[in-house]
Amino acid sequence: MKLTLKIWRQKNPKAKGNFETYIMDNVSPKMAFLEMLDALNKRLVEEHKDPVAFDHDCREGICGSCGMYINGHPHGPVPAITTCSLSMRYFKDGDTIWVEPWRAKPFPVIKDLIVDRSAFDKIQIAGGFISVNTGAAPEANSILIQKKKSDDAFDSAICIGCGACVAACKNASAMLFVSAKISQFALLPQGRVEARERVRAMVEKMDELGFGNCSNTGACEAECPKEIKLVNIARLNREYYKAF
Amino acid sequence: MSKVLFSSITKKFTMALAGLFMLTFLPLHLFINLMLLKSEPGPFNTAAHFMATFPVIKIIEVVLFAAILIHISYGIWLQIRNWLSRPVGYVSGNKSDISFFSKFMIWTGAIILTFLILHWFNFYFIKLGIVKGNPEDFYSVAHNLFKIPAYDIIYLSCFALLGFHLFHAFYSAFQTLGLNHRIWSPVVKVIAFIYAVIIPAGFAFISITLWLFR
Amino acid sequence: MEKLISKIPDGPLATKWTKYKASVKLVNPANKKKLEIIVIGTGLSGAGASSALGELGYSVKTFCYQDSPRRAHSVAAQGGINAAKNYQNDGDSTYRLFYDMIKGGDFRAREANVYRAAEVSNQVIDHYTALGVPFARDYGGTLDTRSFGGVQVSRTFYSKGQTGQQCLLGVYSSLNRQIKKGNVTMYPRREMLDLVLVDGKARGIIARNLLTGEIERHAAHAVVLATGGYGTIYFLSTLAVNSNASAAWKAHKKGAFFANPSFVQIHPTCVPQLNEFQSKLTLMSESLRNDGRVWVPKTKGDSRPANDIPEEERDYFLERRYPAFGNLVPRDVASRATKERCDAGFGIGDTGLAVNLDFRDSIKKQGKKAIENKYGNLFDMYKTITGIDSYEEPMRIYPAGHYTMGGLWVDYELMTTIPGLYAIGESNFSDHGANRLGASSLMQASGDGYFILPNTISNYLADEIRVPKISTNKPEFAEAEKTVIERLNKFISIKGRQTAASFHKRLGKIMWDYCGMVRNEEGLKKAQVLINVLREEFWKDLNIPGEYTELNQELEKAGRVADYFELAELLVTDALDRNESCGAHFREEYQTPEGEALRNDEKFAYVAAWEYTGEGKPHILHKEELKFEEVEMKVRSYK
Repeated sequence: MKLTLKIWRQKNPKAKGNFETYIMDNVSPKMAFLEMLDALNKRLVEEHKDPVAFDHDCREGICGSCGMYINGHPHGPVPAITTCSLSMRYFKDGDTIWVEPWRAKPFPVIKDLIVDRSAFDKIQIAGGFISVNTGAAPEANSILIQKKKSDDAFDSAICIGCGACVAACKNASAMLFVSAKISQFALLPQGRVEARERVRAMVEKMDELGFGNCSNTGACEAECPKEIKLVNIARLNREYYKAF
Repeated sequence: MSKVLFSSITKKFTMALAGLFMLTFLPLHLFINLMLLKSEPGPFNTAAHFMATFPVIKIIEVVLFAAILIHISYGIWLQIRNWLSRPVGYVSGNKSDISFFSKFMIWTGAIILTFLILHWFNFYFIKLGIVKGNPEDFYSVAHNLFKIPAYDIIYLSCFALLGFHLFHAFYSAFQTLGLNHRIWSPVVKVIAFIYAVIIPAGFAFISITLWLFR
Repeated sequence: MEKLISKIPDGPLATKWTKYKASVKLVNPANKKKLEIIVIGTGLSGAGASSALGELGYSVKTFCYQDSPRRAHSVAAQGGINAAKNYQNDGDSTYRLFYDMIKGGDFRAREANVYRAAEVSNQVIDHYTALGVPFARDYGGTLDTRSFGGVQVSRTFYSKGQTGQQCLLGVYSSLNRQIKKGNVTMYPRREMLDLVLVDGKARGIIARNLLTGEIERHAAHAVVLATGGYGTIYFLSTLAVNSNASAAWKAHKKGAFFANPSFVQIHPTCVPQLNEFQSKLTLMSESLRNDGRVWVPKTKGDSRPANDIPEEERDYFLERRYPAFGNLVPRDVASRATKERCDAGFGIGDTGLAVNLDFRDSIKKQGKKAIENKYGNLFDMYKTITGIDSYEEPMRIYPAGHYTMGGLWVDYELMTTIPGLYAIGESNFSDHGANRLGASSLMQASGDGYFILPNTISNYLADEIRVPKISTNKPEFAEAEKTVIERLNKFISIKGRQTAASFHKRLGKIMWDYCGMVRNEEGLKKAQVLINVLREEFWKDLNIPGEYTELNQELEKAGRVADYFELAELLVTDALDRNESCGAHFREEYQTPEGEALRNDEKFAYVAAWEYTGEGKPHILHKEELKFEEVEMKVRSYK
């Protein structure tokens, strides 16, 4: 396949940045998207040019490092996968592909396609935990949890913290991310104990960091690589009112 | 406490409540408007008079105006923050598979507000004495307005937009209030759809009838 | 020899740990705050240790190369985490878990450490549950378990195919709690580039800020490495592509012995390579072998679609060779059997380097729904990568480099041969012998971090309470920093033509071909030559753009690859030195007539701990004899 890439290049956080055009010949449909970028970078380095910087690590869709806004979608046009799992077989010969970094005030661009997502860590630090010291835990089976609740908690807990929800939302809202963590703990008896403090602390931090407000458009749900549902946001709202 | 009172979620909660309250007013307004279809002005003017003078209604009117004010100001407040949250946009746009109208709430809202102001000039301000006219004969005022084609066109487009606004707003308010349920949420969506079609359609029906068939 | 003191406590195996804890020196709470500890890595062991140490009141500084501690590669573990809870009433016990690990590791692990790992496993499950890790549950509300390769009990706790992620998010949450409390300071996007010793003790590190390129000095009273394994030495592996051995290697060059480097686990069930630019091989959880049957056609080069090959023309080679364990034989055994079939020409697909993992019979027996419940996300993942629907046709799998049992040598206290330097989790060598059993990696890493290190480190720190805060102005720091910068500049100044990744790929190929699943003397010797030639080429023709004073991902790679050249050499030396087959280390010269591994307990029942003696000088081998007091060394048979 022959593809035209339009990639956002930005030298550092303060630089202006612009789109560069790269023509890629001989792209195999069996390649993964990031492998195509590897190939581009190999070429750039060999031409003594600055390679495209991007975050990536596990390359199997679980670490949450990678994240690019590809042709109008976070993680590209295929639903329910991360950028690293995006296969080139979804593109056609002659396609033009726009590749942009996540855009949100709390996620400033560091270089090219790398953004600073430490805001997510800050929200988790504010309250995304259950306060139990090592060694203080009761015997695991002394806490009985309905299978359905436990499964629901799991479905919320699988968030990989990639930031696609923020990137997709027209308001750059982090509600899906926050609600996933709140939901996981709200559904489990272990997490109920400090539910009130947790939800208030996390929402307060989320607001402070400059994320936008949820307007229930559902873009986050549509683009989440782990298919985290909007019900989590409703649950977050409920938990927040309960904490009044 | 102020952090909780003015947090993003509380603001949205307040805005949703205000919006839902406004939703209860629309069917009543439509019911009264339907009397415009009668050939004699009596029933409509009586209803209008009742609305303007009955004490309980007067109290609700204050609440309604407060709701409108809160809904609008909070809407703008939240929206400005939303714009600030993404200072640089995407060149490739947003192609996420989402409800089309949910993207334009601020704009449909703004147009509806403009119409509302026009509407107040035509009716409400007469009652308040700000604008000249006979507050005891809104029937004729309405009939005269609907005879102006330009007014009808504006009126109809605004109600179409109101429908779009209401469709997302209705469902969205429930989500914001945390009222999400496996069975009931889809029902709410259906009701939202019916409401968002019937209410604007009712108003539009009156406008078209008076414009073209009287 | 005298350098390897394992510090195993006296007394019966079952009471060693209890006795140790009761007699260990303690640090009083007021002094803990004054003691600083550096932890490198935020996987299960690193983040676990950081939070447990923070809870105790130490001042902890934690580093990771990722943008967030939540992305450490523990996140990718799929199958589960073992514990000897015996919730299934199937005869499990601490002893049985210990025994399975010792046997699975082919009698090349230290009894006392393994027993302790089994002993704390139950506490690990309790702790994760309390932290809100959503392990799978039964309808009555209790925890569910499943069975895993190499054992006959069901002791593996799991969260669908994302157990590692769920456990990691658990430790991440406890780490966050300590960050909030101010007990832990987090330094993400930092790479440790050297260890600093002061008066022979580990006192700090030199790290590079990966965003700004700034070279930083960090000091502490003790340093803990939780940096994972070196599986990416094969380039293509199941590891995250940025996983590396550099921190451990730097520590090795400063005096920490490296143990059993050649013990590398090749995981049998991975998605085969699809293209030449492939950057990694994705693991498909071992749990799939519970319901999937592994087979190849009985006829060489049979190119019919799998579903068109009738039952009698299929060779279920694991079931044929190992009737007792069938498809659930340990990983090393399954990997080698797969390689044997493919090398013999029975492999499938374009490359002939794949075998079928077939769910047809299980779907017939249990229904599609049941299979979907157990493995739904794995099937989806497989389909995303390959486009193949495994409910309809078999998965294609092939082995890939996965876990490294070898690592820094540590004593019973998890301290390396450098005083004050600890290694936990996959970065040490201690618990898995020559082969790791499934679901014991999460168990060991969590146990090390949460329950073992926080107890043992006080034995060292109790004598450090009079040592004031270490200054980074000491000449040792300046010198280490200078060396680091010189090396970074050297990479950049070569200005050759080839990228770091292209060298890595070629190195990986050499390692895979000659020092992978099957090794022999001739191949290993050839590998030594090839590695040296390639290494010379690397230092002549490497091409790194930019400067070290900025974000420079190519430079990061170069440093890691350069270290891998050195480690590769040691890995091959170790493999060559171990003239026996044991666990994952299979030397062709040492096998039974049936092609099974042939151990030599007389000569090789030891841990090979290698000492670095200087640039270009040969490593010195130190042997820690393994004494088996509780178990009898047997031939590991899964037939």
